[in-house]
Amino acid sequence: MEKLAKGVFLFAVVFLFVMSSGVVAYGQEIKIGIAGPMAFVQGQHHWYGAEFGAEEVNAKGGILVGGKRMPVKLVKIDTNEILNVPDAAGAIERAITRDKVDFLMGGFRTEAVLAMQMIAMDYKKIFLGCGAAHPELCGRVAKDYNNYKYWFRVTPINSMFLAKVDFILLGMVAKIMGMELGITQPKVAIVAEKAVWVEPIVAAAKANLPKMGMEVVGEWRPSATATDVTAELSAINAAGAHIIFTTISGPLGISYAKKWGELKIPAASVGINVESQKKGFWEATGGMGNYDMSINTYARVEITPATIPFYDKFAAKVGEFPTYNAGTNDAIKILSAAIERAGTLDAEKVVAELEKTDFSGAPGRIVFTKEHDVTWGPGYVTGTGTQWQDGKLMCVWPVNWEGVTYKGAVKYKIPPWVVEKWKKK
Amino acid sequence: MIENILINGLIHGGVYALLAVGFSLIFGVARIVNIAHTAFYMVAAYLIYTFATRLHLHPLLAIFLSIVIVPLIGILIYQLTIKPIQEHHVTVLIVTITVAIVFQEIMLLLFGGHFRGNPSLFVGYLEIFGVRVSYQHLLTLIVVFFVLLVTWWILLRTRLGIAIRATAQDREVANLMGMNVSRVAMITMGIAVTMAAIAGVLVAPLSVVEPYMWLHPLVMMLAIVVLGGLGSIKGSLAGAFILGFAETLVVFLIPLGAFLKGAFSLTIMIVVLLIRPEGLFGVAFEEER
Repeated sequence: MEKLAKGVFLFAVVFLFVMSSGVVAYGQEIKIGIAGPMAFVQGQHHWYGAEFGAEEVNAKGGILVGGKRMPVKLVKIDTNEILNVPDAAGAIERAITRDKVDFLMGGFRTEAVLAMQMIAMDYKKIFLGCGAAHPELCGRVAKDYNNYKYWFRVTPINSMFLAKVDFILLGMVAKIMGMELGITQPKVAIVAEKAVWVEPIVAAAKANLPKMGMEVVGEWRPSATATDVTAELSAINAAGAHIIFTTISGPLGISYAKKWGELKIPAASVGINVESQKKGFWEATGGMGNYDMSINTYARVEITPATIPFYDKFAAKVGEFPTYNAGTNDAIKILSAAIERAGTLDAEKVVAELEKTDFSGAPGRIVFTKEHDVTWGPGYVTGTGTQWQDGKLMCVWPVNWEGVTYKGAVKYKIPPWVVEKWKKK
Repeated sequence: MIENILINGLIHGGVYALLAVGFSLIFGVARIVNIAHTAFYMVAAYLIYTFATRLHLHPLLAIFLSIVIVPLIGILIYQLTIKPIQEHHVTVLIVTITVAIVFQEIMLLLFGGHFRGNPSLFVGYLEIFGVRVSYQHLLTLIVVFFVLLVTWWILLRTRLGIAIRATAQDREVANLMGMNVSRVAMITMGIAVTMAAIAGVLVAPLSVVEPYMWLHPLVMMLAIVVLGGLGSIKGSLAGAFILGFAETLVVFLIPLGAFLKGAFSLTIMIVVLLIRPEGLFGVAFEEER
């Protein structure tokens, strides 16, 4: 009996020793929480992007911290922010307090990210945003640096610059239509979903389009969750528009493009259509989305030497084109480099190193502004304009813009039925 | 513009009618407020997506399979979850909400939160009075009218129809007259779910297939049946086309307020109810049935 008790005691000691060794090893990992709506494509891209980044870092043995390699361990944080914004705050707090994550990345909906950001800042956790575009997220860094300095935005470019690119793309299409079809003052129909993020873009469009020599023939504002715009397209056709300027992020983007192509509405479609950035768009529209053009973050062109390898790897393994949420891939590498330069996990020192970032990532050269936002412009991250051309998502912008042309970019094509309708006989 | 409104209104109203008539049928016969009705529509849309787009079956075979499988699921759900508690109306309501959410979560689990689309059966369009109408929309319209006619014929010209109407009028008397009301309710559930499935396969190529696609039609369908009068098939038909045209009118007359089309339809419903609380074709008191 005594022997048995001793045996049990010995087993318990060994078990506790093994477990505690495990805990030590576990503590030597760097835990990065990847926050996103994991049931949705946005969260999945956050996760896959991070996995690719972590694979690369771990292939070298991990991040070098003070002479010791520490592997990266990713922690999935399902924020459910698409369905329920408040869930995101709870998820991020749980990741910090229960899962003990060291760093955070991701986020999608601005409303959710604003809340997640506050919690992360309270815990002084470095948070690299890869999804929300609202300027306020970095505006907080400018207003209250000491509290918000742990926040950095990697992707996408902020919505002010998104709007700027949007107008550049519209101007480019109008110019091409002018040259090829002789339309000197194009009529533009605005189709914008009814959502907060859209309002500044629509206001700017109404103010700027007449200055750009265009006439606004109408503004259609379907619900952000609408799935059928056949009636709107009929009205646009009746209004005689040459161009449809889209600002759509939801499912509407699929049914809009499908009906636009099927009914051969004689107006070029350009602007923001988030669904058209995805590989599944072609299948979802049954090929009817051909010639739809949208602003994008990535494209299969040589923005930097890192772009095409990342794009191809993502497409091959995930079966989708990377969207801006996959910016977690670069975020991991940027963080890894900053930690290695700092030689410590201490947030204050890592922030100081992150501020010095000058990194050649897949979406371009990433340098942070003093508000910790990704710098936009020629030579930095520009964004891209992509158009579906016969089943392929092609980069059509920048081409000769401010001296920037990405290798592999092609010329924008006016849809043939638009040419047929407006070409002067 | 009038021709635009007429054609688009007919298309919208037609799809709503298909959903609302099925919902009214099962409510009229078995007093079941089947919140899961549009969830069956969603399941049908996912089935046709799976068969046609994923498994590359012939579109007609995919349609056939979807329209056969969904009613079988509907009858199974009825037998397992609704029938045992059929007399407890509030419980039935809660159970059908649960069934709908379970379907939604299953679709989310199986297909993720991606927005899917189905190719149209016929690609292209026809110009009617200068309005471009896609072949798929025309097909939808034709099928909707055909299905509604067949339903009408079943109800008015067949023994089953007599049994359904008798059960709808007075369940107890129908039972005393030797009708198996339980069986009639099950068959009616099958017919109603078949109509939802047909709506699903028709709409799948026109809209976006996603796990939450059942919610908006549910709101519209409830508005239609309340507007038309609960349980009244004639009312559901009228309500569907009234709200279909109302939505189209908003888009054409107030393009800036296109997002308000749902709210506008619901406002019409409220106004009608204020004037006529029983709805357009409803009876004033349920006891009078």
